[in-house]
Amino acid sequence: MRSEIISQFQTVAKEQNQKLPQLSDDLVLLDSGLDSLCFAIIVARLEDELGLDPFTASEDLEFPITFGDFIKIYENRAE
Amino acid sequence: MLSAEKYISGCSLVALDASVSLGDLSGASSLGGRLEELRGRSVLVATRDQLTAALALIELDGIARRLVLCPCDVSRERLPLLAAIAGVDAVVSDETGAAADAGIPGIRSFVTCTPTLVRNDSDRGESHLTEWILLTSGTTGAPKMVLHTLSSLTGAIKGDRKLEHSVVWSTFYDIRRYGGLQIFLRALLGGASLVLSSADESTGDFLTRAAAHGVTHISGTPSHWRRALMSPSAHKIAPRYVRLSGEIADQVILDRLRACYQDAAVAHAFASTEAGVAFDVRDGLAGFPASIIGQNGVDVEMKVEDGSLRIRSSRTAAGYIGSLGENLAGADGFIDTGDTVELRGDRYYFAGRRDGVINVGGLKVHPEEVEAVINRHPNVQMSLVTGRKNPITGALVIADVVVRSDSQPDAADAGIQRLKRDILDTCRRALAPYKVPTLLRLVRSLEVAPSGKLARL
Repeated sequence: MRSEIISQFQTVAKEQNQKLPQLSDDLVLLDSGLDSLCFAIIVARLEDELGLDPFTASEDLEFPITFGDFIKIYENRAE
Repeated sequence: MLSAEKYISGCSLVALDASVSLGDLSGASSLGGRLEELRGRSVLVATRDQLTAALALIELDGIARRLVLCPCDVSRERLPLLAAIAGVDAVVSDETGAAADAGIPGIRSFVTCTPTLVRNDSDRGESHLTEWILLTSGTTGAPKMVLHTLSSLTGAIKGDRKLEHSVVWSTFYDIRRYGGLQIFLRALLGGASLVLSSADESTGDFLTRAAAHGVTHISGTPSHWRRALMSPSAHKIAPRYVRLSGEIADQVILDRLRACYQDAAVAHAFASTEAGVAFDVRDGLAGFPASIIGQNGVDVEMKVEDGSLRIRSSRTAAGYIGSLGENLAGADGFIDTGDTVELRGDRYYFAGRRDGVINVGGLKVHPEEVEAVINRHPNVQMSLVTGRKNPITGALVIADVVVRSDSQPDAADAGIQRLKRDILDTCRRALAPYKVPTLLRLVRSLEVAPSGKLARL
């Protein structure tokens, strides 16, 4: 799961010509250099790869602040 | 009226398995001698075949109070509703027995139409200014019923029988749709013959048949033409005039048609069922000269307001029927076509349908704009851009692409990936990031709706 998410972040950042900092769990997503279009694409690609979209599936989901939060949302949903 | 001697003499209608010399209609009828029974009635013309529909329309203009033109792809379940809206009390069909019973209440006459004419001595005197009801060919939603007269329908046609006697028309359109009806009327008023398409025939077979009948003038949508150019039979016809309408004609399709038909004038027209024929463009370039906007004292007045093209002319429809409270034209008499345009230099370019916009995080994307960029790639035959729901931005842009048959990538995965990357690079160079497809699929074919337009979901 984690490696798939990292790989999508890197792919999309490269496509959108964004330089991605080290993807540590405490990286604040807003500081990652990725805009909402990038996140939208990442979520769509992850839905295709993993078969799940936690953001649509859950109504009262809090939006992730850090990269760690983001991964946790997917891990929780997959359980 | 259309059955007047001056229109029908010398014309032939050629269908897949029958043809009729229209001159034979004087003193004979396709309606089994029951023409008089339909006088003053509201007639639903719901034939399977285009030839029988054409004959019925010619005979009934000036006789029926109202003619409702029903393309053969309209589902039978929809007919009772359409008939009720149009106050239909008679049906013309080319089917017999149970198949012909469309289950429409209130029908007093059920008349069978055949391409085999029978003797008819009844008076053909014109008694009605017949209303022609057409269904819109919109790519989304239920069709609307639009009210025309023969005079609004023929406003753009300068029939000159002397000039056109060597012309053989054909069209990929069903003649019961606005784009096809224009060609049908053009042939009649010009004294030319017309080769009708058929829903039972492949594009290649149709082109072969059109070639056999020496077609000189032929029309269709850009989607019709993209499909035609995929056929090995495309080279069998040698038209002098090629016409596109109904969708945006991009530069690529214009150039490919010119390369394929070097002796032909290639023109693209702007017309819609509601607004009628506005103009055609013959300089071989996409878009149209900005100078035609805002002219006074012309047949067709045009303006651009809120980004979309507005039209006022005697060729526009009189209104919708059955759409309560929905006005066709604004208070100033202009019809909003819903087609958005952008000014670049001294030319306007069509950007797409206003109601087809994909909203990516508040930013608007016209699918047609992205398709035009994808279609510029030399390996691409045609493409369809749609929106995909997304929890972050509301929607994302995705694309389905048909590759040209002469440039299929290696079956190997690497070839396919390289082509996809290459197409996306083309998009990234030409488009803002939010307009670039986030997913690109190579597909074998794209559905073209019976209206001739790319089917948009």
